[in-house]
Amino acid sequence: MKYLVLIHSNEHFLERWAGLTDAQRAEFGRGHRALTDELAASGELVASEGLADPSLGRWVTARDGAAVVADGPFAEVKEHLAGFYLVECETADRAVEIAARVPDAVWGLVEVRPVLSPAGPDL
Amino acid sequence: MTGSVEDLLRELAPQVLGVLVRRRGGDFAACEDAVQEALIAAALAWPADGVPDNPAGWLITAAHRRTVDAHRADAARRRREDAVAAAVPPGPVPGEDDTLALLALCCHPSLNPPSQVALTLRAVGGLTTAEIARGLLVPEATVAQRISRAKARIRAAGGRFGDPDDEARLPAVLRTLYLVFTEGHTASSGESLQRVELTREALRLTRLLHGLRPGDGEVAGLLALMLLTDARRAARTAPDGALVPLDEQDRGLWDAAAIAEGVALVTAALATAVPGPYQLQAAIAAVHAEAPRAEDTDWRQILGLYEILAAIAPGPMVTLNRIVAVAMVRGPLVALEQLDAAAGDPALAGHHRVDAVRAHLLDRTGDADGAREHYRRAAARTLSAPERRYLLDRAAGR
Repeated sequence: MKYLVLIHSNEHFLERWAGLTDAQRAEFGRGHRALTDELAASGELVASEGLADPSLGRWVTARDGAAVVADGPFAEVKEHLAGFYLVECETADRAVEIAARVPDAVWGLVEVRPVLSPAGPDL
Repeated sequence: MTGSVEDLLRELAPQVLGVLVRRRGGDFAACEDAVQEALIAAALAWPADGVPDNPAGWLITAAHRRTVDAHRADAARRRREDAVAAAVPPGPVPGEDDTLALLALCCHPSLNPPSQVALTLRAVGGLTTAEIARGLLVPEATVAQRISRAKARIRAAGGRFGDPDDEARLPAVLRTLYLVFTEGHTASSGESLQRVELTREALRLTRLLHGLRPGDGEVAGLLALMLLTDARRAARTAPDGALVPLDEQDRGLWDAAAIAEGVALVTAALATAVPGPYQLQAAIAAVHAEAPRAEDTDWRQILGLYEILAAIAPGPMVTLNRIVAVAMVRGPLVALEQLDAAAGDPALAGHHRVDAVRAHLLDRTGDADGAREHYRRAAARTLSAPERRYLLDRAAGR
């Protein structure tokens, strides 16, 4: 069963990040690396990436075959996606356990979402 | 010609690996590398030179030479290894088939199911890492890591080839083969077409296992269950990829030969063996298969089979399927009462299938609004994309 572990962020968390010491930031990076290595070794890691600042994002809609592109998130949006882990593990409990190990979970917010499967039994 | 060489190699691979692991005392990783190289050599040589008289012996000798070559790097061992290599007779293959022992090794209790599946497909199925990755819808690197990690775990746990508990591990072997099958048994076509390879491979390996253990009722039951389920493949999806439920499937599209084989298998197994969960599930699939039209289905017999299944292998899905059978035999109101009682079970709390069954039962009582609401709830909770489309269609009254 695949689960997407979504790392959410917002202005408040970014302020706290700005206030961290270099040593604290290095510890944070080591936490991510250790978790990635561990999940790769157990065969549970499918993919994991951090995302660039939301101001670099582009909003795209397609209307009548033409793409309409707009800059960054809408002004009122404070919450944004900062990164993700795509894991494949046996139970939802295990996915939550993995999410709790994401360093961001200590001071931010991490979401676990099951991935829709293409397979389905006969009804 | 090429096709038949490929089939032959795939069939011989586990035997050759088995013989090699037995001779070398269980250095699984080195043996597997050697067998892969021997298979490549054979795939290149045989189509041009013809298949040798003793193909298994040819492969064993070639693979054995590779393991010796690998050791030549260690100069101190060269002489001894050459002597060992020279002493290996080129032919004949031992009469026993090591496939079961190999399957049991791949289903070692120290491995989690995803690793057991990956290792089985690689070592016994002979699929490449890329093929397994496509089938399981994960990156190739993930499969490679799972396999190498699995080998290290077996080594660390002291797993040896031909451990005496091969028999005890048969349930794990059957579960792994069933997992491979269900991974491949997808409702959508198109992008996931390659998953059919997994279904085919699970069927091939289970057929092989049935050949090794013809008297085992559960092996026969699992093979029958796979045949009967796979027989419906063409009818399970509409041209646009939407899921077609059992009672709306065009039965003319069902594979009659696979059904005949599955029905014969499960009938023979139930007559001679102690009934187990796979046999019972196959028997239920057989009852569905034997009805020329959905309305001819013998629901009384299906209900009886679900009651036995609930007694020997209870589970949330067995409970729900039994309730569907109750609705068909005793009416939707009795079934709704039983569903209310069953929904209190923590294993079923919040499960989309409870909502789907409730929607279906409400539909049958004529409560269209109630049915729509529960179809919508089920659609929001299911993790299967085609099933979600199906449920949303139902909620929209289509």
